[in-house]
Amino acid sequence: MEKKKNLTTIISENRFIHTIFCVILGFLVGAIFLVVMGLDVGAAYGRLLKSLSNIKNISYVIVYSIPYIVTGLSVAFSFKTGVFNIGAEGQFVVGSMAAAVVGILFGHLPKIVLIPLCFMAAMCAGALWGIIVGVLKTKWGINEVLSMIMFNWIAFYLSNFIAGIPAIHSDGSAEATKNIADNARTLLSEDLIKEWGLCNTANWGIIVAIIATVLIWFIIDKTTLGYRLKAVGANKFAAEYGGINVNGSILTALAISGALAGLAGSLQLMGMGNRISVFSSQEGFGFAGIVVALMGCSNPFGVLAAGVFYGWLTYGGSKLNLEQVPTQLINVIVGTVVFFIAISVIFKYLGNIKKSSKGKKGE
Amino acid sequence: MSKQYVDMNTPVIEMRNITKKFGDFVANDGINLTVHKGEIHAILGENGAGKSTLMNQLYGLFKPTSGDILVNGKKIEMNNPRDAIDAGIGMVHQHFMLVQPFTVTENIVLGTEPTKGIALDMVTARKNVVEISERYGLSIDPDAKIEDISVGMQQRVEILKALYRGADILILDEPTSSLTPQEIVELIGIMRNLVKDGKSIIIITHKLKEIKASADFCTIIRLGKYIDTVDVDTVTENDLASMMVGRNVTFKVDKPEQTPGDVVLDVKGLRCVDYRDVEVVRGLDLQVRRGEIVGIAGIDGNGQMEMVEVITGLRKGTAGQILVNGTDVFNKSPRFGFDHGVSSIPADRQKHGLVLDFSIEDNLILQNYEEDPFAKSSILQREPIFSHATESIEHFDIRPGGSEKRPAGTLSGGNQQKVIIAREVQNDKDLLIAVNPTRGLDVGAIEYVHRYIVDQRNKGKAVLLVSFELDEIMSLSDTIKVIFDGQIVHSIPGKEANENDLGLMMAGGK
Repeated sequence: MEKKKNLTTIISENRFIHTIFCVILGFLVGAIFLVVMGLDVGAAYGRLLKSLSNIKNISYVIVYSIPYIVTGLSVAFSFKTGVFNIGAEGQFVVGSMAAAVVGILFGHLPKIVLIPLCFMAAMCAGALWGIIVGVLKTKWGINEVLSMIMFNWIAFYLSNFIAGIPAIHSDGSAEATKNIADNARTLLSEDLIKEWGLCNTANWGIIVAIIATVLIWFIIDKTTLGYRLKAVGANKFAAEYGGINVNGSILTALAISGALAGLAGSLQLMGMGNRISVFSSQEGFGFAGIVVALMGCSNPFGVLAAGVFYGWLTYGGSKLNLEQVPTQLINVIVGTVVFFIAISVIFKYLGNIKKSSKGKKGE
Repeated sequence: MSKQYVDMNTPVIEMRNITKKFGDFVANDGINLTVHKGEIHAILGENGAGKSTLMNQLYGLFKPTSGDILVNGKKIEMNNPRDAIDAGIGMVHQHFMLVQPFTVTENIVLGTEPTKGIALDMVTARKNVVEISERYGLSIDPDAKIEDISVGMQQRVEILKALYRGADILILDEPTSSLTPQEIVELIGIMRNLVKDGKSIIIITHKLKEIKASADFCTIIRLGKYIDTVDVDTVTENDLASMMVGRNVTFKVDKPEQTPGDVVLDVKGLRCVDYRDVEVVRGLDLQVRRGEIVGIAGIDGNGQMEMVEVITGLRKGTAGQILVNGTDVFNKSPRFGFDHGVSSIPADRQKHGLVLDFSIEDNLILQNYEEDPFAKSSILQREPIFSHATESIEHFDIRPGGSEKRPAGTLSGGNQQKVIIAREVQNDKDLLIAVNPTRGLDVGAIEYVHRYIVDQRNKGKAVLLVSFELDEIMSLSDTIKVIFDGQIVHSIPGKEANENDLGLMMAGGK
């Protein structure tokens, strides 16, 4: 009895251990599915592990993980500040389109100017997308989740519209934009890629993602801005009573969160994508950000790790059909992990009962 | 009390030798409690003495480490509140368990909603609620949302909720802490009606006067130990107090004579509306001078709460002027008021006073987090923040010590209040507004809070005290102003006030 108690306490109190526990459960449930379908568990998971086997594969995993890390940061930041940025998807889309427009129209600019310009354009577009929703919320009390979902679709069709403008649209037959200028790309030099044996889309976007991680951690934990935003997120009434501008803080939080999602869009475009296709359905980078933020416990460094994990599964998953295993296995695993993290409320509840009973001691 | 309804041969609750340990900490140490049919039984003890722990075991929230619980003579294992409810036990918690965006009716019927087929039958629900509220004389607006009604009204909803579930044994945890004197008299009447019906009531309280006025028997707990069960008729309030704290207690507040100075707060012709758009403050004038405590006495719902909200910037007024040291803060932000000399101890400490998830050290800098030495160039300086908290905890006797990094939500009510007082007093503003500052606190903590409020007055601050505790208003105020229907209708020197006259004035008489 006492031992069982300790286990739930450990799992509920240490979020890292708890998350690992959920990941293991995810793979177990995935294995059950495989067995039921009569597939080879060893082969499937072996293939996933193989995608970490050499430097080239690892570089793929990292490249895949870049957008997930940054959209994850976007959503995690919104969780910490009491808004729920389900609109990262739309902010990602407008961010990448803004970067594409700049990258196509100002291709003559040197790399050192053009790349920051693309990032800036993407972040401004994403922030704008967040702020519009924020204004709707603070001025007219419109629920941000509803308007964000609508703004995801507005972004989607806006992007398709811009992709159709002659100055932007591909000269060839592709239903996509032109390729962005080489000067707007974040790829590592060909020599370096060859020398290290990396994948051919290896780019230094990961550096930007890591910088963003540290910066967001710093803002949340160390600055007065973070204090203010967290206070509004945790109890807006007390924050207002204490003299904090609640509406201003909500707008700031949404702007930062939106800027991150926009940045993620530009990183994906300038590293991997090279151009933006006319969408037929939402790509889901922003929605994946919600998953990554949950897996990372809304902690910036947790998000960094969760983003890489997600990137690994996405890349590894794309190789699964070599083993005659459906790629959807990845969705089963990720879904299960998120499910168990979401019901961590139960673990927390169990932990809280113990904590509050301990808390009485101090009264 | 006459015990005319008590059936001493029929015990409904017997708790035998109850011990509850949390780790090494013994919260209850061999406590015995017997409650009979038709009895009002008070449980008396300081905050943290173990009253709530004892009652939570009776309500199935905790399991006793050892000891037995018998209901109607049968030993019962309580695993959760459902078991307690099934055994006919109802509980009204001190901190309300209400769904804020739901209406009064929806909250009362929650979990036992009447249905028509698979649909909710809100018409019947509303009818039932109106009926029960009339039967027990607790008037409420069945269609109001909880988030829009006062703390006092919310309490009524909680009591009605337990009654609606048809409990035979009612546990009331600090039921009177937010009621006005008149409402308390009404509640005692309701309690007598209930025991007449053969129900039994356990009331957790540290208000000695109410125990004398309502209870038949009283069980005293101190530091988790059973002290005694006494027949209330045979003891005095002072006897009860010393049994509770284990030493003699003084109820008097020492307050040196002093002449008030300049006017700090000057409210002229203030008007505002409440959530229903009904004008509740109707041309109110009020002055508070340096070195003076002005107490606002009034029955809940006469505009005092809205008045405070307008002064502190949380609510927009429709007309008037609010001068603080000559600067008009009318319809400005809370920050503007704060910067121009307003600090306040809010009525709802968990909603407005504290960010419960934040640590104590972070709560202590809620208004000053951007200022030197707590922040430099927008970067929080953890060392000064921590040492500020250490000093505050020491100086204001916030318990437990060494709790700088603990979330404020883990503190007891009295200590949460100390955190707010520490913050507001150290802000050192010219005007201190205190709203029900001792709600739910025990005798020791009340003494402490009162001392700090009087200290502020002695230091030449202007203090505006709004409280539903008439005793508090009378013992602290230099001037008492009676608010009725959104206006100040009487102003009398604190020394000359007596409870009867004030009660009449508050009801709009005289």
